[in-house]
Formats: sequence, C-alpha cells, structure tokens
Amino acid sequence: MLLKKIYCILSMLVLSSISALAQQTESVAMADTFRSDGKIYVVITVVAIILIGLLVYLISLDKKIGKMEKEYNEQN
Amino acid sequence: MRSNTSPYAWWKLLAFILLIYAATMGFLGNVPRLAILNETIRNLYFHVPMWFAMTLFLLIAAVYSIVFLRTGNLKHDRISIEFTRTGMFFGILGLLTGMMWAKFTWGTFWTKDPKLNAAAIAMLIYTAYMILRDAIADEDKKARITAVYNIFAFPAFMALIYIMPRLTDSLHPGNGGNPGFNAYDRNREMNMIFYSSVIGFMLLGTWITTLRIRLRIWADKKDGLIIDSTQHAS
Repeated sequence: MLLKKIYCILSMLVLSSISALAQQTESVAMADTFRSDGKIYVVITVVAIILIGLLVYLISLDKKIGKMEKEYNEQN
Repeated sequence: MRSNTSPYAWWKLLAFILLIYAATMGFLGNVPRLAILNETIRNLYFHVPMWFAMTLFLLIAAVYSIVFLRTGNLKHDRISIEFTRTGMFFGILGLLTGMMWAKFTWGTFWTKDPKLNAAAIAMLIYTAYMILRDAIADEDKKARITAVYNIFAFPAFMALIYIMPRLTDSLHPGNGGNPGFNAYDRNREMNMIFYSSVIGFMLLGTWITTLRIRLRIWADKKDGLIIDSTQHAS
C-alpha cells in the first residue's frame, strides 16, 4: 500500500519536472548536462531506496520495543 | 485511529512521505539561477531543516524540564534528555552540512561568521548538559539540577543562534542586513519542498526520540526507578 503510494508520488514528480527542465535558458552555470542525460533519476531512486530502507528499519525497531513493553506489562 | 506508539501511526508514515517528496523534488524542482550559489541552493531543503528540527527538539526538551520540575516524575526527565540528545544530533548534522556548503560557496569550511561560532557555542552548552548529567550519581538530584540547566540553556541557545547573528555582520541570509532567502528567490514551489522537508525531519526525529524514550522508560521500570502510574496512586 505504502510502496504504491510512494511510486505514485515519484512518477508524478518525474512527469511534472520534465516540462520544467526544458525551460532553463539563462547563462548561470547549473547542472544542466548532468540532467540532460536523464541519469539524475538514478540518484533520486538511490535516495528513495535509502529512505524506504530507513522506514522499514524504524518500523521493525518500533515493533520490537512495542513487544518488549507488552511483555513487561503482562509480567507485572 | 492507531495509537501513537503503533509502528504504523499516521504521523510516522507522513514523515516518510514528506521526506521522499522533499528528496525527489529537492533534486528535480525548479530553483532560481543565482551566481556563486548555483545548484547548491538545493541545500536549503536539507541543511536548514536540521536547524529547524533541532530548535523544535530543544524547545520540547526545555518544556519537559519545566514539566519535570512541577511533577517530579522521572518519566518527564527522560523525555527531556532524549529530546536534547536528538536535538544535538541534528545540530551536529547541521554543522557538518553547513561546513560542506560553506566550503563551496564561501570558500572555506569555517568562517568567522557569528552564526557559525554561535552554533558551535550552543553545541558546547548542551555538551556541558550531558557531562553534568554524568557527573551526578543520585537520580533525583541529577534530574532536578539538569532540568534547571536545560531551562536556562534553551534561551541562551535561541539568543546565540537567532538573535546575536542578526545584530552583527553575518554571511547567512536573513542576518546582518542580508535579505532572507525568501526575500528574493523562494517561490511557492520552493516553499512547499522546504516546509515538507522541515516537517518531515521534525516528525522523523520525534519518532526516533519516542523510540529512545520508550526503551529508556522500559529499562527504568525494570530497574524500579520509574513506577507505573497505574499501580502507583499519586
């Protein structure tokens, strides 16, 4: 469910940015070549993977602590 | 409605949705083309939220210090210390990311900028808080003395970070006569990404802190330091 939501948001963001990138014309140096390869999306995917991994890890930690609390409350 | 201690509480998931939005749009969104800053303006989405989140956590810590002095319940002391810890952690991240940003825009990792030095002093104030805690053996005494210290540390931190740099010259936007970022270049799109990141990091930090608090209170209950309020009629 969550993954679906995240993918939905990701694809929306990617689509909305394509039109925006075509409009950059001024002479101040920006990462235009970097982006024209399209491979910036690789970096974003990597960041997204790390964030999702962090989420899964925190959820498991949360579950573990919740279990410990429950066990303690049942003993006393 | 799931309870706040549930691993799937709404605000925990919201934290990640906001962070993923900020991390993707932070790279893809439109930013103004400014000399010297160039693409590093995107650091606004990642460096500044560290300080916003740190301020929130230290505020919560100071509030719980007051609550502890009123109630004398060690639970509130634990909440205060853990929020201070998370606040400091975000502060260290803020310093490191700021140094990186400074190297490539101001030319050096550390400048004489008052905001940098003030931030460093603020970190030292809270380091002293940690050392003070370790120096007192008696649990009640430790909690009481450090709560008072924490209450005084927060206004000092605010003055150092937010007020003092505004009174003198500073390289930071919004300080020493420099306009803030929003004065000339933060449009609606950038604001959305920026505040998503701020709220995302605040919620993420709060989540991590609540885990630490729950673990700590669990251990304290085991050691008999904290007695469950359901069994204790006071």
